[in-house]
Amino acid sequence: MSSRARILQRLRDRTDGALVPPESDFSVMTGRGWGVQERLERFERLISSVHAEVIHTRQASWTETLAEVLTAKAVRRLALGHEHPVPAEARAALHEHEVDLVDANRDIEAWQREQFETVDAGLTSTGGAIAETGSLWLWPTPDEPRLTSLVPPLHIAVLDAETIEDTFFDVVEAHEWSQGMPTNALLISGPSKTADIEQTLAYGVHGPRELVVLIRHREEST
Amino acid sequence: MSVQTYTPREFHRQAHDALGNPQIRANFRKAMDGLMSKRRDVFSDWDLDALRELGANIRQRALARLPELLEQLEANCQANGIRVHWAQDGDEACRIIRELCEARDAKSVIKGKSMVSEEMHLNTHLEGAGIEALESDLGEYLVQLNEQTPSHIIMPAIHLNTDEISEIMHDKTGTERTRDVDYMTAAARAQLRERFMAADVGISGVNFAVAETGTLCLVENEGNGRMTTTVPPVHIAVTGIEKVVEHLRDVPPLYALLTRSATGQHVTTYFNMISGPRKPDEHDGPEEVHLVLVDNGRSSIYQDDELLDTLRCIRCGACMNHCPVYTRVGGHTYGTTYPGPIGKILMPHMMGLAETRDLPSASSLCGACGEVCPVKIPIPDLLVRLRKESVGEGRGNVPGAGVKRHRSEVLAWKGFQWLATHPGVWRSAMAIAGKLRGWMPTRLGGWTDYRSTPKPAKTSLHALVKRHRREEGSS
Repeated sequence: MSSRARILQRLRDRTDGALVPPESDFSVMTGRGWGVQERLERFERLISSVHAEVIHTRQASWTETLAEVLTAKAVRRLALGHEHPVPAEARAALHEHEVDLVDANRDIEAWQREQFETVDAGLTSTGGAIAETGSLWLWPTPDEPRLTSLVPPLHIAVLDAETIEDTFFDVVEAHEWSQGMPTNALLISGPSKTADIEQTLAYGVHGPRELVVLIRHREEST
Repeated sequence: MSVQTYTPREFHRQAHDALGNPQIRANFRKAMDGLMSKRRDVFSDWDLDALRELGANIRQRALARLPELLEQLEANCQANGIRVHWAQDGDEACRIIRELCEARDAKSVIKGKSMVSEEMHLNTHLEGAGIEALESDLGEYLVQLNEQTPSHIIMPAIHLNTDEISEIMHDKTGTERTRDVDYMTAAARAQLRERFMAADVGISGVNFAVAETGTLCLVENEGNGRMTTTVPPVHIAVTGIEKVVEHLRDVPPLYALLTRSATGQHVTTYFNMISGPRKPDEHDGPEEVHLVLVDNGRSSIYQDDELLDTLRCIRCGACMNHCPVYTRVGGHTYGTTYPGPIGKILMPHMMGLAETRDLPSASSLCGACGEVCPVKIPIPDLLVRLRKESVGEGRGNVPGAGVKRHRSEVLAWKGFQWLATHPGVWRSAMAIAGKLRGWMPTRLGGWTDYRSTPKPAKTSLHALVKRHRREEGSS
């Protein structure tokens, strides 16, 4: 008999008999009832408290803000995709800028060392954010691969203000994540950090040292 | 720094040594005080009772359906392209992982934090087969450099202070001696980035495995978990069979409880949900993903309604952070993979009560662990149960049950029971004891190590009360 069969049989032939699964009440996870402004404030307060930098901008002019960030952070090489509107608009706007645009949508085997050693920043879109914990959520795609938000020392994430929801539970339910998960789904709440040396907080251990969140507002809401 | 090996058999000696080590006591006291206050603050705006009730309920539901959920998890993982393996014990799990490494001709493995891999001594096994296994969680990396094991399940290097870590890094990696934590962190980052690029296989643990979608969830702050599961061409996830949950919606409550209970954080930097290897049109991520499901004693715990609660654990470490014994003796003293209260109720099942005989009794039963447990495991009750098992007064279904049963102790309690239920004999015995009080030996084993010898009173309380009443009556 295989190990699988033995383990399952032991579990099924339980000495004290079959167990009755209880019903679950999830109400503590939802129904925060926050307004748009409150969600935005909470998100900003929490993600800032773990060292992320939040910059507000407008839908129409966000690429100008991006260019300012790149200049301020002395970014020379920026990794980004092509097809998603966020990298597409960034590319269109940045071709005059002195930054080198690095194609993120290439097989990593062809440029691993280049990515680890020469890219200063990665730009990605986000699926939305969570007010309760100050978290971004991302579903990486072939156009915006997983490592773009991890390997470069600076991660710039673009977030639309109206996509901030109350709780993680609300996001999972509202977007029906259980109907089909991507290869990799991520919550990101700040730059990489550790407290393993005598509980002293240090940022930028394995992943990005800095996280910049560009929050895009529609004209009427700002 | 001298490298010491610890074993649960030597708990008392190790505890004695740790209590006499001011450095260890200061390091743990400082860390645990901080963790307790951070946890209290981060739950302040929550209905914590309702959240813990939900957490316990989700875990209980998963256990109630465990065999079906494991099959569903396997089917959904396989549909997603994740290969699933089953291991009855740690040795079998090590063999499976070694063979997966050998099939890829792997020489170098990078690891994310995994307590199950510690439980089965995976690194030693791989090194025996000529495969280097390097820990990438900063705390685990430091502990590995120092040839030690973790002293806490969330903060593996909590027993070391900044100066000690600086010395270890200087000795083993040639960095400058410093108290600058940013410098040391940056040095470790540079050292490990090379290793991520070079690794043939990445091995991680799993915090929650979702049956409904075939998704493996990993909780972390550093990014080493994402690196481990994304950069090398092969990712092997290893986990205990109890880590499965039924639905994706079960994950947010457990995650909310885990980070807040463990380190007092609202959320960790990364929550990494993996549902398959790299797809043909994707550009990064591993080509192969494997899930190794490890039993290693869990299906035995599963048999018993009371012991079952042990398997609800989500490995947050809050029980150890709040334990007055753990705080004073530190994690290594227990000599087991899982230290502190959770270790005391888990390790006897994995190692047997003969090896771990002193653990269930290394508690004052103050109840703090049970009060803070995010999934409401009644740890003090389970400690009492294991004490009963160890003296042969339980159900006999824990390995090594009855190992602490001594005929002399049983006889002594039987004698006491008889004496205490026969008042006439009791009074005569007390009168005799009072007369013989001068003959009391001055040393009474462990009792007199830290206390003075108890001496029977010249006249028993009973006799005194009697005399008092007589005098009152006559006046």
